[in-house]
Amino acid sequence: MLEQFIFVGVLLVVALFLPVVLIGLAWLLRPKRPNPRKSEIYECGLQPHGENWVQFKAQYYIFALVFLVFDVEAVFLFPWALVYNWLPLYAVLEGVLFIALLAAALVYAWQKGALEWM
Amino acid sequence: MESLSRFLAFLADAIVNIGDWIRGLLLGAGLADPWVSLIMKAIGAIVVAFFPLMVVIFLIWAYRKVAARMQGRLGPNSSGTWAGPYGILQTFADAIKMLTKEDIRPQGIDKIPYNLAPILVVFASIATWAVMPFGPKLIGTDLNIGIFYILAFSSAALVVFLMAGWSSNNKYATVGAFRSVAQLIGYEIPQLLAVLTVVMVTGSLRMQEIVGQQKIPLLFQLPVTAFIFFLASMAEVNARPFELLEAESELVCGYFIEYSGMKFGMFYLGEFMNSTAVAALFATLFLGGWRGPWVEQAPIMGTIWFLVKMALMLLVWMLIQITLPRLRIDQMLAFNWKFLVPLALANLCIIGLVNKGITEWFPGGVSAWTRAGILLMANVGIFLATWGILAALERREQRRREAWRAAQVGEVEVSA
Amino acid sequence: MTVQQVLFFLFGAIALGAAIGMVTARKVFHAALWMLLAFFGVAGLYVLLEAPFFAAAQLFVYMGAIGVLIIYAIMLTRGMMRQRLPRVNDQWWFAGLLAAVLLVVLVWLVWQHPWATTTAAAPEDSLNRLGLTLVDPEGFALPFEVASVLLVMALIGAVTIVRER
Repeated sequence: MLEQFIFVGVLLVVALFLPVVLIGLAWLLRPKRPNPRKSEIYECGLQPHGENWVQFKAQYYIFALVFLVFDVEAVFLFPWALVYNWLPLYAVLEGVLFIALLAAALVYAWQKGALEWM
Repeated sequence: MESLSRFLAFLADAIVNIGDWIRGLLLGAGLADPWVSLIMKAIGAIVVAFFPLMVVIFLIWAYRKVAARMQGRLGPNSSGTWAGPYGILQTFADAIKMLTKEDIRPQGIDKIPYNLAPILVVFASIATWAVMPFGPKLIGTDLNIGIFYILAFSSAALVVFLMAGWSSNNKYATVGAFRSVAQLIGYEIPQLLAVLTVVMVTGSLRMQEIVGQQKIPLLFQLPVTAFIFFLASMAEVNARPFELLEAESELVCGYFIEYSGMKFGMFYLGEFMNSTAVAALFATLFLGGWRGPWVEQAPIMGTIWFLVKMALMLLVWMLIQITLPRLRIDQMLAFNWKFLVPLALANLCIIGLVNKGITEWFPGGVSAWTRAGILLMANVGIFLATWGILAALERREQRRREAWRAAQVGEVEVSA
Repeated sequence: MTVQQVLFFLFGAIALGAAIGMVTARKVFHAALWMLLAFFGVAGLYVLLEAPFFAAAQLFVYMGAIGVLIIYAIMLTRGMMRQRLPRVNDQWWFAGLLAAVLLVVLVWLVWQHPWATTTAAAPEDSLNRLGLTLVDPEGFALPFEVASVLLVMALIGAVTIVRER
């Protein structure tokens, strides 16, 4: 078990090194001529106006929350789906009930208009 | 003659044999066994990490060629600025250009997240390749959580886009990041539910086991699931109909607008790597991965089949990407939440019940073909029902529109 | 020290160091990123405990979903990003006291509890067993369904709060 994760660990280290090496290589090769005009923020040629880090609308938050709900649901359902072939019918129905409750929540959010883009 | 047959036997399972040869060499050099296995793992990891890179080098060229051919314009070719026969050196030219470009750091950026984001994008997409089955015995490591590991990394990578967008100190980048993450988290749900359906039918999270179960490729057993997975993964890699991230006309370039030089290159690379990973995942989950004729005699054929299926999926991805226009963000989110997610939920429940029903109905057990046939019929049923519901909704919408128009006309007549 | 112990201390240090980084960060966005690193360290600890499913779930739910949720939540706050906020407010002594008491209680609990330890490897089919007990009426069938109800309630609550704005 841990034996397998040694490979994953080595791969993660390699995966971290690859982009670092590429960016490092570019750092060695590239010209470095900084210029205040050049390092201006690119907003279609206009001078940036006001703060970038402003308050956003709550809509995004709802999407993230629905995503979280479904993610947690998936974590519960993965072990269920894994043993599905050994389960009796009523245990499968339990899983279906689990999904149906979430589908009801989705329908609720839909009916309340929480899924509309505003 | 004998050496030829030995050579053929070597070739039949070339990659595994080369691995065994290196292992023998290291053991012969007097290294202790744990060190040899660690070195073998490191070599394997480097090969696995470089595989998507190699594919992407080819893919960028192929994409530009196919796009040029389909849109009736000149792509990279050997005339004009010389880029090798058929323009095959184009990607290398691009890479050299990116390497030698100045790295412009805009003012007011949040330095650490800004520099970390391009690294983590590539990191996350390479990490998913750890459990991809390249052949009957060729796999980075066959984790018992297999497919869940891939989903976990692609989910954890979402934050990187927010990091890049937010640290760039640019309004377009921030809006772009928030929008594309809103899209990505949305489409992750149908993808998850499709994978759950696959896990349910194959009864395993192990990638090799999922491939092993597909005597009949799952595409022919669960076409609706494959369809959901395909659309959701198109959106996950920001392919054209779902491409908001690079909406040039609206958000200039999405969250990586302020990146230049190699850091921009990393995002570019990460995007193509993700497309490759998604194509490989579709080939594994629905097209039977390395399964195909002659695999038992020559395991190397398995790798070839895998590559062929992956290339096929990449071609489909390109054709859709090149042909279709972009959706608006509200249409895209509505399509996800009001079509794909309900369909995926219904699909999961129905397939679960039907498949269990087959087992309950035939206590003696059924052949794989019968089961596949019944599942296919259930899929046709789901498809027809979805079609019917959509058509009914469309008719209702049309009636409402006509009624509204009639009311308008009536008012005009009255006022006249 | 075995490799496993070294890795344990490495991941523990990542988790703890990132947690300290989180509470001392001057920008809320940085605090969120530190928190995600802490989650990653915890995922590493789960792998060492031979619970890969929970490690992946940690990445999947915490780094993925909760990470996005927290950052979206930060962006709902007004002007929290730019200015460097003071690290403590005037209730810091009370919070510190509470945290210290919690630490003492937790350490005491961990210390005095007779933990059942084993050197045996985790069973290979632990995830299958988890799946079977989740839907077993003798096992966790009811909590499994209640979890679903809880998720529905969370969603309804959020929709209600946002609709009222």
